[in-house]
Amino acid sequence: MEWETVIGLEVHVQLSTNTKIFSGASTRFGAAPNTQACGIDLGMPGTLPVFNENALRKAVSFGLAIDANIGQHSAFDRKNYFYPDLPKGYQITQMDHPIVGKGQVEIMMDDGTTKLVGVTRAHLEEDAGKSLHEDFHGMTGIDLNRAGTPLLEIVSEPDIRSAKEAVAYLKKIHSIVTYIGVSDGNMAEGSMRCDANVSIRPKGQKEFGMRCEIKNVNSFRFVERAINHEVERQIALIEDGGTVVQETRLYDAELDETRSMRSKEVANDYRYFPEPDLLPVEIDDSYIEAVRSELPELPDAKKARFQSEYGLSEYDAAVLASTQDMAYFFEAVASKSQEPKLSANWVMVELAAVLNKSNTPISESPVSAENLGQLIVRITDNTISSKMAKAVFEGMVEDGSDPDTIIEKKGLKQVSDTSAIEAMIDEVIANNPGQVEQYRGGKDKLFGFFVGQVMKASKGQANPGVVNDLLKKKL
Amino acid sequence: MNTDSLMINSTLKQLSEGLAKAEFTSAELTDAYLQRIAATDGDLNAFITVTADQARAEAKEADALRAQGKAGPLTGIPIAHKDIFCTQGVRTSCGSKMLDNFTAPYESTVTDKLRTAGMVMLGKTNLDEFAMGSSTESSFYGPTRNPWNTEVIPGGSSGGSAAAVAAGQAPVATGTDTGGSIRQPAALCNLTGLKPTYGRVSRWGMIAYGSSLDQGGPIARTAEDAALLLNGMAGFDHKDSTSKDIAVPDYTADLDKPLDGLRIGLPEEYFGEGLNSDIAARVEAGVKELEKLGATVKRISLPRTRLSIPAYYIIAPAEASTNLSRYDGVRYGYRCEAPKDLLDMYTRTRAEGFGEEVKRRIMIGTYALSAGYYDAYYNKAQQLRRLIKDDFQSAFAEVDVIAGPTTPSPAWKLGDKSNDPVSMYLEDIYTLSVNLAGLPGMSVPCGQVDGLPVGLQLIGNYFAEAQLLNVAHQYQQVTDWHQQTPAFG
Repeated sequence: MEWETVIGLEVHVQLSTNTKIFSGASTRFGAAPNTQACGIDLGMPGTLPVFNENALRKAVSFGLAIDANIGQHSAFDRKNYFYPDLPKGYQITQMDHPIVGKGQVEIMMDDGTTKLVGVTRAHLEEDAGKSLHEDFHGMTGIDLNRAGTPLLEIVSEPDIRSAKEAVAYLKKIHSIVTYIGVSDGNMAEGSMRCDANVSIRPKGQKEFGMRCEIKNVNSFRFVERAINHEVERQIALIEDGGTVVQETRLYDAELDETRSMRSKEVANDYRYFPEPDLLPVEIDDSYIEAVRSELPELPDAKKARFQSEYGLSEYDAAVLASTQDMAYFFEAVASKSQEPKLSANWVMVELAAVLNKSNTPISESPVSAENLGQLIVRITDNTISSKMAKAVFEGMVEDGSDPDTIIEKKGLKQVSDTSAIEAMIDEVIANNPGQVEQYRGGKDKLFGFFVGQVMKASKGQANPGVVNDLLKKKL
Repeated sequence: MNTDSLMINSTLKQLSEGLAKAEFTSAELTDAYLQRIAATDGDLNAFITVTADQARAEAKEADALRAQGKAGPLTGIPIAHKDIFCTQGVRTSCGSKMLDNFTAPYESTVTDKLRTAGMVMLGKTNLDEFAMGSSTESSFYGPTRNPWNTEVIPGGSSGGSAAAVAAGQAPVATGTDTGGSIRQPAALCNLTGLKPTYGRVSRWGMIAYGSSLDQGGPIARTAEDAALLLNGMAGFDHKDSTSKDIAVPDYTADLDKPLDGLRIGLPEEYFGEGLNSDIAARVEAGVKELEKLGATVKRISLPRTRLSIPAYYIIAPAEASTNLSRYDGVRYGYRCEAPKDLLDMYTRTRAEGFGEEVKRRIMIGTYALSAGYYDAYYNKAQQLRRLIKDDFQSAFAEVDVIAGPTTPSPAWKLGDKSNDPVSMYLEDIYTLSVNLAGLPGMSVPCGQVDGLPVGLQLIGNYFAEAQLLNVAHQYQQVTDWHQQTPAFG
């Protein structure tokens, strides 16, 4: 039987506020345990939460970026459960009245096809602390530095049909939140975490199959592997005559498998109810417009502009617009070189290869945008050939120097002086009388041979265009 | 001079004048109250913690301030705080074994404001565990007794504060009121107690019972004293999002206003079945006095009064059940001995750390919020709450102040209702709806029944504290019930 995969993602994005969502404690990553937890974060008796307006601003900003409805009336709820790193015994979250309502994002696959994925909602909540199981001699240590860190939980519709689409969706969310500056998007530090709801159904069937939730898959690579693994598990199970039971599963990256955490039957009853310590949040139009006016150009708008302004293909435009840093770099190169298409190629091919190899972000590129632009200027003004440009570029990567210095130092300047080239041509004709005779007898293919000989004589520096023209005349 | 004889019957106002005229110092006054506490608290058990050394130090500071000409009306006046307000460096137990070892690392806004105003903290008073009760019997530290008759309860949950003021252990005290916990003990101990509008007094550092109902307020001998103390307690606090950013008037400014034309409403539901007939007579006599002062009286109806009991006993426990989840033995407070795993730690810590009434309310609240029961209980209770608010708003379209009894009966004997929680819940019938609606309410002494004091309750519209205090003060100008003191000690 042919199966179709149905995936919905819940993405937790840590908002980059300086202080926590309900207290004044710092959110800085990596501090000594429990040094960034105040009485509110510790759930001390008599303490009360105060909502951080900056978290609201960032949530609204995200909502506007995905063209979502902003809940004019939003409210907080308590989600009750006991866990040692949950200090109050409840998490303050949003149940019925999230800040961000229905929206959508466009994702693009590697082959350039696009697809809209619906976002059901995005709500604000506080993060829990961390339980530390090592180094405590059979006891558990609790670090509450993370407790109260603001999270935006972004819930997608079950519109995603493959692990690859899931990755594309995640990358798009990552791109949006880093673009608009609501999160640093640092996945290694847990700034973006993802739970995946995965089910399968026979192709063509309308009803959804029973889903499993895979918890905490925290890199693009693991998301793809975890989902693929889970899909295979479900298909094998059903084809063996079994049934999928609704449960929460944990992905183990080391063993590359998911395993059951808890089934629905023993699931918590979270006893949600309105948080009485916080007033509902009323968001008026002027607030929304103020946030909107602060939004930078978004990835989709930038992509469209790259296509129309620079004549780039949709795919190239999408890749170059996918992060602020990449887009900024590309536009700087294009502005220097006045050759957007060539600039796009150099950024996406030559520079990307260098950066990927050393795993360097474009913001720390060894070649500056200014210098790369200048290199392209030297190609278009015929100082160097495209082929020589690659050698120059290698030199630029090595020591970061500008192209003109390297061209000068290595003597790579292209020779376009006709008298010098003519002299070389004369010499080649004189040294190869047999081939000249054959060519003149009609063996046109030999033209390439002569070009090669002249280029060789010029050590590759002769301008190929000039060589072609002159050769034709002389032969 | 003899501060001892002076103080037992003194009001805050009189003490403030005495300090201003240098008739005595705060240090002398504080010593006298500390002696009174030492001499009488063995019988009363009004205090959980007496902070004698700190009090003497604060009194010295207050005297120094006065010497510098920086004294206000509260400077140097001793006060007792209900042990539900966190006080930095002092045990804050909330009457529970769970917090017996808890020393607050921060100060509540209420105690901070009063301390900044120069008040001297004598200690922390007894209460029903986590403020859950109407008798101060559920405290881990044992029951408090009523100075009017040590065989009966002082009311609750602010019973320690009320007993302390009634017995002359402190001139004034703070209390908190979630369903009547200031007004009822004030009534049963012959005191003037005021529960302000929800949001008038900051809840920061006040250990939560029912967050949407809890409100701190003054317990005093007179309306004037209550006004002076409320001046020091009230105000917006950015640390409490539910506190209201509305200017605080001087609550003493309107005390002397005549009551001519004041419209008083008497709800028929407050005078029906269940009300002790002697109390009914005392309350009616009190209302007559107000009429003599120029008020007009109108019979009104608050038809949903009866429903306030089920609504309250769903909402308050629901909120309490989650407010008390933080007491898990992980970070502070009681932790059971040698837990064998996490579940064992949770279950034994909470089973051993909480008393019966607290556990009962956690169970009720957890049940009411459970999937499948939420709509039938919590949502229904919230609907009732809205209807109860509507009843009051209709009433306040016709009258300025609502009057009635504070309690249906006088103080009962210790232990009498301990095994019958529902009969104790029914004692809150006249006070609960005020908290559900978030309105201000106060209790004023209006006589005695069988030698035990009873209270006249006055309910005002939102932020009408000044008006309630005005009515109460005028009443106290023509009556002397509030001046009567117990024969205790």
